[in-house]
Amino acid sequence: MADLAIQGKAKSMNAESDSKAIAALNLDNVSISYSDTPAVKNVSCRFLRKKITSIIGPSGCGKSTLLRSLNRMNDFIDGVSLEGRIMFGEEDLYGPDVDSVEVRRRIGMVFQKPNPFPKSIYNNIAWGPSINGYEDSMDELVERSLKQAALWEEVKDRLHDSALNLSGGQQQRLCIARALAMEPEILLMDEPCSALDPISTAHIEDLMFELKTRYTIIIVTHNMQQASRISDYTAFMELGHLIEFGDTEQVFTKPGKKRTEEYVTGRFG
Amino acid sequence: MSLISEKDRQKLIKRKRIAFLFSKLCALITWTSVLLLAVLLYQVSSDGFGWVDWQFLSSFPSRFPERAGIKSAIVGTLWLIGLVALISIPVGVSSALYLEEFAKPGKLNKFIEVNISNLAGVPSIVYGILGLAIFVRFFALERSLLSGALTMSLLILPVIIIASREAIRSVPMSIRYAAFSLGATRWQTTWAHVLPASFPGIMTGVILALSRAIGETAPLIMIGALTFVAFLPAGPMDSFTAMPIQIYNWVSRPQQEFHDLAAAGIIVLLIVLLLMNATAIYIRNKTEKRLK
Repeated sequence: MADLAIQGKAKSMNAESDSKAIAALNLDNVSISYSDTPAVKNVSCRFLRKKITSIIGPSGCGKSTLLRSLNRMNDFIDGVSLEGRIMFGEEDLYGPDVDSVEVRRRIGMVFQKPNPFPKSIYNNIAWGPSINGYEDSMDELVERSLKQAALWEEVKDRLHDSALNLSGGQQQRLCIARALAMEPEILLMDEPCSALDPISTAHIEDLMFELKTRYTIIIVTHNMQQASRISDYTAFMELGHLIEFGDTEQVFTKPGKKRTEEYVTGRFG
Repeated sequence: MSLISEKDRQKLIKRKRIAFLFSKLCALITWTSVLLLAVLLYQVSSDGFGWVDWQFLSSFPSRFPERAGIKSAIVGTLWLIGLVALISIPVGVSSALYLEEFAKPGKLNKFIEVNISNLAGVPSIVYGILGLAIFVRFFALERSLLSGALTMSLLILPVIIIASREAIRSVPMSIRYAAFSLGATRWQTTWAHVLPASFPGIMTGVILALSRAIGETAPLIMIGALTFVAFLPAGPMDSFTAMPIQIYNWVSRPQQEFHDLAAAGIIVLLIVLLLMNATAIYIRNKTEKRLK
């Protein structure tokens, strides 16, 4: 009973702050399954513009599946089906006349393991815009994107070297720069720091603070300190259910659900 | 001093002995095949080396061994391999790309894969009969270079397709995902990333396949390549001969001199093959370096 009351209060607090912000993505009763195995069950929530939202939860809780569904990267996995609606502005991402290529142009993604193309640093960034018909100065775009990703100073003298010669942390920032060069409205990050050392991780976290002023960021992370450090909102998932969604501070200090409390205090997971 | 018990030590000695024996066995097998090849090469060169000179390279066949040459066969082979490469590489690589990147994986795809593997094992004479029936007779291409090249392409397509699929499959999915996440279409991803990354592997398959084509004799005899050609083909519709056919022809004559000529022909064939492979490997390594 007490649980419910707290949850109700948290909800109303959220509703208050939400009303001022605009939702970038609005999930309505989303369920995702692989062949017949459900991975995400009846998730409804709103990801707000120019905010960082973390999705946390134990392994296999469906958080990466949910993230990948937000720019239709699940389309490449056999047997995935999605029910419910994901509204991107006025548009249903899975609507019949929505082109998945168009979706990915506007909603970028950074993956768990840095995956630069085996090409030069310059071409890693320039390729995306060039296939999408970017016509302004490519040199400027490359410089701007690398600066946004805080990588410019380190690579400005070797733009035409192979991206594979960069360190892991640099490669990941290059992948972020590559995503930013498309000027996406939303940036999805799937455990972007899990393959990185603490210093590179700190770099990327600083970067996310900067990026927040322009982009909506949704990040899946295993690292709860990271979620509490960087995000404005936190979603906790378990076994495919969205257990709790709220202000990061509230989720970590006064969680509305017992399971959330147990997870964030490290009693399981 | 011993870190482990006596019993474990005995076991370890036994394991090490097995590893030692196995490595020696592998080495023995390798060196036996190398030795056999060396003997073969030695025999061929001792018979034929004296015959390889400019006269041999620049003359047409003749019934007098000292005036006979391999010119028309070299030119025929170069034409043939050129045409085979032009036909089989685009067809083979596109088939592999389609099957790996575009076709829906499933039973049909699996069925096609098994059948292509089987085709790679079909005896070449069967392809010769097929070529005779389809290209020479049905499409009335006559006994031309084009008939030969089409038949030979059919023969080596399975090898190219299998090797290319393998190379394409080995490109990490993360590269494709990276491209897709930038709003690339399947085609853009394939063209800009998958194909370049799999190029070295594809080239290896192509080298193997073309090397096989350059030495094949049976299908060419079947479709009726000539054995005595005193002219050079001027276009793909001309009749032709090829080096293996010329060698086969010389070997089947009774006189010893022609047998030596055959050996000389084999040397030339090996040199052409070596040059071809060296070029292909050079191109492959160059692109490999560019990718790194």
